[in-house]
Amino acid sequence: MLAKRIIPCLDVRDGRVVKGVNFVDLRDAGDPVEAGLRYSEEGADELVFLDITASSDRREIVGEMVGRVADSINIPFTVGGGLRSLDDIRDILRAGADKVSINTSALERPELVSEAARRFGAQCIVVAVDARREPRSNGSRPEWKAYTHGGRVRTERDAVEWAVEVARRGAGEILLTSMDADGTRDGYDLELTRRIAESLDIPVIASGGAGNLDHLVDAIVDGRASAVLAASIFHFRQYSIGQAKDHLRRKGVVVR
Amino acid sequence: MPSQPSSAITIVDYKMNNLRSLENTFRRLGYTASVTSDAADVLAAEKLVLPGVGAFGDAMAHLDDLGLSEAVVDRARAGTPLLGVCLGMQLLFDDSEEFGRHRGLGLLPGSVVKLPAGVHVPHMGWNQLHMRREDPLLEGVRGESFVYFVHSYFAAPEDPHLAIAETDYGVDFPAVVGSGNVWATQFHPEKSQHVGERILDNFARQ
Repeated sequence: MLAKRIIPCLDVRDGRVVKGVNFVDLRDAGDPVEAGLRYSEEGADELVFLDITASSDRREIVGEMVGRVADSINIPFTVGGGLRSLDDIRDILRAGADKVSINTSALERPELVSEAARRFGAQCIVVAVDARREPRSNGSRPEWKAYTHGGRVRTERDAVEWAVEVARRGAGEILLTSMDADGTRDGYDLELTRRIAESLDIPVIASGGAGNLDHLVDAIVDGRASAVLAASIFHFRQYSIGQAKDHLRRKGVVVR
Repeated sequence: MPSQPSSAITIVDYKMNNLRSLENTFRRLGYTASVTSDAADVLAAEKLVLPGVGAFGDAMAHLDDLGLSEAVVDRARAGTPLLGVCLGMQLLFDDSEEFGRHRGLGLLPGSVVKLPAGVHVPHMGWNQLHMRREDPLLEGVRGESFVYFVHSYFAAPEDPHLAIAETDYGVDFPAVVGSGNVWATQFHPEKSQHVGERILDNFARQ
């Protein structure tokens, strides 16, 4: 059986992990390679590195980091953040990333998804969809809009329709973040996750809101997600990846 | 898992992929590994790895243009251990139906066909190995182990006994095949953590 995946997400800036990962026994918890290796040893199925480097030499910094990760970690990893063009995507894949994740640049120019999928293969193009609920008038169906720039800028795109469009354009996966749930630790937005997962025949990675292990189960069972992404519950050692997998297994979810 | 570096691994680079993970995994295991696009290096190789991600037709065109198709086939026919990985597995067969019909290297009899309708394609993620027969390539690998796949097509050998292990994804397809000195995996051992390392180590010892 194809396993459901657990994916820790690491935020990196200037080649360093930010929002501190609490591995007390790591020599250098800010090193993306050490943190990534620890997660892979615990049983993480993939890793996502979200780069927020702002400096002008970010290309070199990120390329160097991606290369070091590729040299040491033997599970797949995705790199996202600030990728604007086919050349940016090419550089990250050449440096050794298995997949790239794009959001703002795709919403600004949707053809980028088609072009990247055609050139590099659908399997390595992940489109990150950051969705936020619209205020509801009485009795209307819930609606979500897609956001750019790390969730700061609202677009007029309906998030569900946008996900359907990028899948049609050749995206290999959707990394779906609920801006409403993100940071709440109250659980994933299951309604949003299920709506998008059932509208697509590519995998959906649920993100935003994980606060306990039942939330992971809910995203997969009720939300129909193929994978769950989480940051803080793993970084702060609330749970290990191994505990998360044991819990999913007990609930009947196939995990590695 | 003590390694006894006995020979060098030559990874065939036909300019479509990043081969850093594969090269580094062999190095971490204690073997000498090099990446080359030079037919002369292939013809002198002790152990050959043919990797690959991408489209079958493009890959064959690149291999032909670089003079590597003939070199790989000659070297394999001379008895050099050869491991095909992912698209590199599919290239070992006679032909593929991906975007039209394309000729392969013809080292293994059979055709490359699309995964069946009704499952999400590409088949991407960790799936299990169902053992079909004993083989040194899978020594120490437990049945039902998970390995990492990314593919939309699979190789259907003329002789089903070529399969050492199969995986179920809408259809039982060969995940590992072997015939004489030629082996191949549809999954990525270099991305399959300890199970993958064991397989690459086993190959390096052949």
